[in-house]
Amino acid sequence: MGVSRVRTSGDGAVSRAPESNAEEVGDVSGTLAEKVWESHVVRRAEGEPDLLYIDLHLIHEVTSPQAFDGLRLAGRKVRRPDLTLATEDHNVPTTPGPITDLVSRTQVETLRRNCEEFGVRLFPMGDAEQGIVHVVGPQRGLTQPGMTIVCGDSHTSTHGAFGALAFGIGTSEVEHVLATQTLPLKPFKTMAINVDGTLQPGVTAKDIVLAVIARIGTGGGQGYVLEYRGSAIRALSMEARMTVCNMSIEAGARAGMIAPDETTFDYLRGREHAPEGEQWDGAVQDWKLLRTDEDAVFDEEIHLDADTLTPFVTWGTNPAQGLPLGDSVPDPEALGDDNEKAAARHALEYMGLTAGTPLRDIRVDTVFVGSCTNGRIEDLRAAAGVVKGRQVAQGVRMLVVPGSARVRLQAEEEGLDEIFTAAGAEWRLPGCSMCLGMNPDQLAPGERSASTSNRNFEGRQGKGGRTHLVSPLVAAATALRGTLSSPADLADEGVDADVDAGVGASKERS
Amino acid sequence: MEAFTTHTGIGVPLRRSNVDTDQIIPAVYLKRVTRTGFEDGLFAAWRKDETFILNHPAYAAGSVLVAGADFGTGSSREHAVWALMNYGFRVVLSSRFADIFRGNSGKQGLLTAQVAQDDIELIWKYLENEPGSSVTVDLVSRTVTAGDIVAPFEVDDYTRWRLLEGLDDISLTLRHEQDVTDFEGRRPAYKPSTTVG
Repeated sequence: MGVSRVRTSGDGAVSRAPESNAEEVGDVSGTLAEKVWESHVVRRAEGEPDLLYIDLHLIHEVTSPQAFDGLRLAGRKVRRPDLTLATEDHNVPTTPGPITDLVSRTQVETLRRNCEEFGVRLFPMGDAEQGIVHVVGPQRGLTQPGMTIVCGDSHTSTHGAFGALAFGIGTSEVEHVLATQTLPLKPFKTMAINVDGTLQPGVTAKDIVLAVIARIGTGGGQGYVLEYRGSAIRALSMEARMTVCNMSIEAGARAGMIAPDETTFDYLRGREHAPEGEQWDGAVQDWKLLRTDEDAVFDEEIHLDADTLTPFVTWGTNPAQGLPLGDSVPDPEALGDDNEKAAARHALEYMGLTAGTPLRDIRVDTVFVGSCTNGRIEDLRAAAGVVKGRQVAQGVRMLVVPGSARVRLQAEEEGLDEIFTAAGAEWRLPGCSMCLGMNPDQLAPGERSASTSNRNFEGRQGKGGRTHLVSPLVAAATALRGTLSSPADLADEGVDADVDAGVGASKERS
Repeated sequence: MEAFTTHTGIGVPLRRSNVDTDQIIPAVYLKRVTRTGFEDGLFAAWRKDETFILNHPAYAAGSVLVAGADFGTGSSREHAVWALMNYGFRVVLSSRFADIFRGNSGKQGLLTAQVAQDDIELIWKYLENEPGSSVTVDLVSRTVTAGDIVAPFEVDDYTRWRLLEGLDDISLTLRHEQDVTDFEGRRPAYKPSTTVG
């Protein structure tokens, strides 16, 4: 972050009243990201990275065992178990019963032993609070504006939707945060992603972020924190904002942020870990200052017109290889430089696609609705709105996997589970599921999916599996027609799909 | 962490851009709870293809990977670094690395040397024409030497210093533990606790 451009009131080591740090935050001019950064500097020294304090450390079973081992070897403790929370998500099966894969089970049991030994709160499989780590934090109100949040998972960028500086870390850094509650970090640059206008019906947050990634590329955000701004972003619900920030990493950016506003405060108010009474008032006072100053300068800025956006899908094997659904599979020879051409040739070969094929003609075998990108209640409502009273196409399997036990319960209260099962979809238990080929939910070699998850890498959903990234609305319409489709395609068949679901500013609690 | 000053080893030309960490090591291989044994999963899908570069006997014992742009994108899994190191790699050359991967490498002692794409192309050609040739990577002078090619590389000063000294980050931070404690005394009281609520 362009720290040299930030004007601070002193050396960053300012004192503040425990109730509010409003005054100090107000003294710092800059972008949202820079403000959050500045308010967490524990130590700054010439020629060294800033040492930043971490407000919340989320943990799961895959990237933590070696970190706990490191602590044990060095005789160290977890410095702040009260700022640490663990869930089981990556390995868990989404059908009832224990983990049958022995190695997976060992990994989950290792997390349980580590949490017990080091005093870390854990939401295990079967617990009413269990779920994907990036769904659990926000739904409990643990994710709040102005915080620094890390997790050994690249989709930690999700939490930036609240105006938090949140990013994924590796296992060595997990160990570092466990031991010290800090991280030494090199400065980021800042990039504004301005999305102005109004989304058309059937176009969602997922389409915004897929279009952003296609625009700047998988490496375009490297070294940057993205700030999503503009009227189309302001109009999004918190859950939709999380979808946008979630995929910042797919553009190479470790973090994506959205300035907190009334939508944010309304979402947080009353949740378990949200401040109460006078502390709430003090917090909101601070949070309202968390916005990019008018005179602040971003290192980079891009603009996107929401009015002209249409449903977006990926055709290749990296998330930047995406196009509007109305387009056709591109001709590699017509693309960019030699490396880009080669990458596209590889991608088409792997995906089993021919240049010039309309994307709408691509037939899928599996539809996956879920993940930390699109596994929240609004996503499930959106998909249910499309499939309601209809049948999943013959030969297509549709998996609906809630992001958390709470989302599942809420969906069942609303009768969404019955809509899905009546349509022929499978209603599953919460977990990361088919987003990554780690638990039993995987694609078979050559199998093709339309997936609301975040990565279409080769083999990501199972060895040899072929992934098209889509929004929940496109996923649902695709399940019904068997080919990549949007709800508008159903209208041609006389179906009045509820295409607005999940797009607007719904503030329902999950 | 073992100190790194200079390394000479067989160069492996990997003509692929956007090598994501799912390609470096697929998720099914991430279930181990140790830091060792991940070499089996390295490029698992690609190694099944007999024409893949590491299946060529001249490159199989490689320790300097020369890759296309945007190496290490995607998942934060440090297992990708462990898999490369467990296999025997000490250096990756690319014109651009993903942030998390580069950070993870720096913690483990795998050098990610950023080399201009034009130089990567020259090194690729050299290694393809002379399979099994060595590449020398000198962290002190920040240069890569492959045959007649001498190319500069970028690595940030702090990571370079830590690698040269073989220093462990946690010990470095714990020298400033009092600063951390002082900061904790200034945190707003409304910040959430995971154990309350």
